[in-house]
Amino acid sequence: MPRYMLTFISHDDWWEKQTEESLKTALAPLMSWWDELVQNGVVKSGEELAPQRTATTVRRVNGSMKVTDGPFIESKESVGGYAIIDVPDLDKAIAVAKSWPGGDVEVRPVVEH
Amino acid sequence: MRSLGDFDVAEEAVQDSLVAALEHWPRDGIPANPGAWLMTTARRKGIDRLRRETRYREKVAQLEETPMATSSMPDERLELIFTCCHPALAREAQLALTLRSVAGLTTAEIARAFLQSEATIAQRLVRAKRKIVDAKIPFRVPEGHELPDRVSEVLAVLYLMFNEGYLATGARGAMDRDLASEAEWLTSLLARLMPDEPEVLGLLALMRFNLARADARFDADGELVLLRDQDRAKWDRPKIDETFLLVGRFVRMRSPGVYQLQALIAGAHADAKSWETTRWPEILRSYDSLLMYGDTPVVRLNRAIALWHVYGPTAALADVDALAAELSGYHLFHATRAELLRALGRAADARAADERALELTENPAERALLARRLARRSR
Repeated sequence: MPRYMLTFISHDDWWEKQTEESLKTALAPLMSWWDELVQNGVVKSGEELAPQRTATTVRRVNGSMKVTDGPFIESKESVGGYAIIDVPDLDKAIAVAKSWPGGDVEVRPVVEH
Repeated sequence: MRSLGDFDVAEEAVQDSLVAALEHWPRDGIPANPGAWLMTTARRKGIDRLRRETRYREKVAQLEETPMATSSMPDERLELIFTCCHPALAREAQLALTLRSVAGLTTAEIARAFLQSEATIAQRLVRAKRKIVDAKIPFRVPEGHELPDRVSEVLAVLYLMFNEGYLATGARGAMDRDLASEAEWLTSLLARLMPDEPEVLGLLALMRFNLARADARFDADGELVLLRDQDRAKWDRPKIDETFLLVGRFVRMRSPGVYQLQALIAGAHADAKSWETTRWPEILRSYDSLLMYGDTPVVRLNRAIALWHVYGPTAALADVDALAAELSGYHLFHATRAELLRALGRAADARAADERALELTENPAERALLARRLARRSR
């Protein structure tokens, strides 16, 4: 079956503003979404990423690799995590993305070599 | 599920068999099971040359009138429409793809209709088809809870296609009406394939009411004529009567929606002997219902005209003025205000509003109309 990568978009501002308690409440539906889809075999793999402020970018500058602080593209929104899913077609992948209880989701097919 | 590269194959099969039908039916008559016949017959012949001929349309129209016998061979045109109008494709790609693959327009014809280069359209089509294949957009009619959203996506494409042809004026001239009738034809095909979808019938009725008035929309000099001033003798009466049969069908389904409501409004206009004797309270009720589906400033602006004829210009002007913040950059906002101000005897204010409308109008036919209105008032 074709695989798709769901990229979960997160707003770092929002995350940083949460208290430990409110974060727990906010994360609960995301966690149960994840558990359910891993269990029924739709989500094959995936991870949650630490916020943008932890990012380091290694850029090729004049042929050599230069280490810089910060993400590749500075933005209010960034990749907060991803999941590799295994579904028959784009409609199903979109249905899975729609069921995500968090924010925006980008859906892209994985190239099978 | 069908294999994923089916799109091109189905597109060609549908078109080729229509061409074959053209060649055979005049000689052999329409077969007992035309739907199945079409899908089993696929011959490659001079498609581009043939499919634009009138006979093609006549035969397809005849086919639409013939009841489809049940058949194990599915009619894949519906799958094709839903794939072309998939929400994962950009609106402009949906439009081009539907015109190319379902309506059978050539790339050159689509380019002319959208005032774009053939290369641009060709590239748009290639990209869209590549996305269908690479992202694995399925070639099927969506099911269950997916269906309503997907039907409205298809209808949005057809509605836009129609408006592109019907409302755009000037540079494109006669080409425009072609695009509108293309959209009407596609919608009638959809109505034939999905006879139980009230919104499909609603959109079809809306288009047909508008097309029935098309001949009265421009005067002998090619100038735009507003509905109020149109010569109603030029309206296509038989077409209007026929369209009311469609209205009857969707009304009986008791499942209203935005296109049905707009069709009811267009129908009330089409049915009226004059602007003055129009059933305004009925139109106002339809607008009130439309607001429940989406309270947008443009719907409110249109509703104000009905409000004027039911409750008078003062009430209507108050409603229109409340839209100033959202619509002050929209020429029809100022043109409508001008009408209402004039009805209230505030000539100077009306003139100022008309001038503002003229400044904001780009459409040449509308510009001409506003300029004429201003010239007349200053005499």
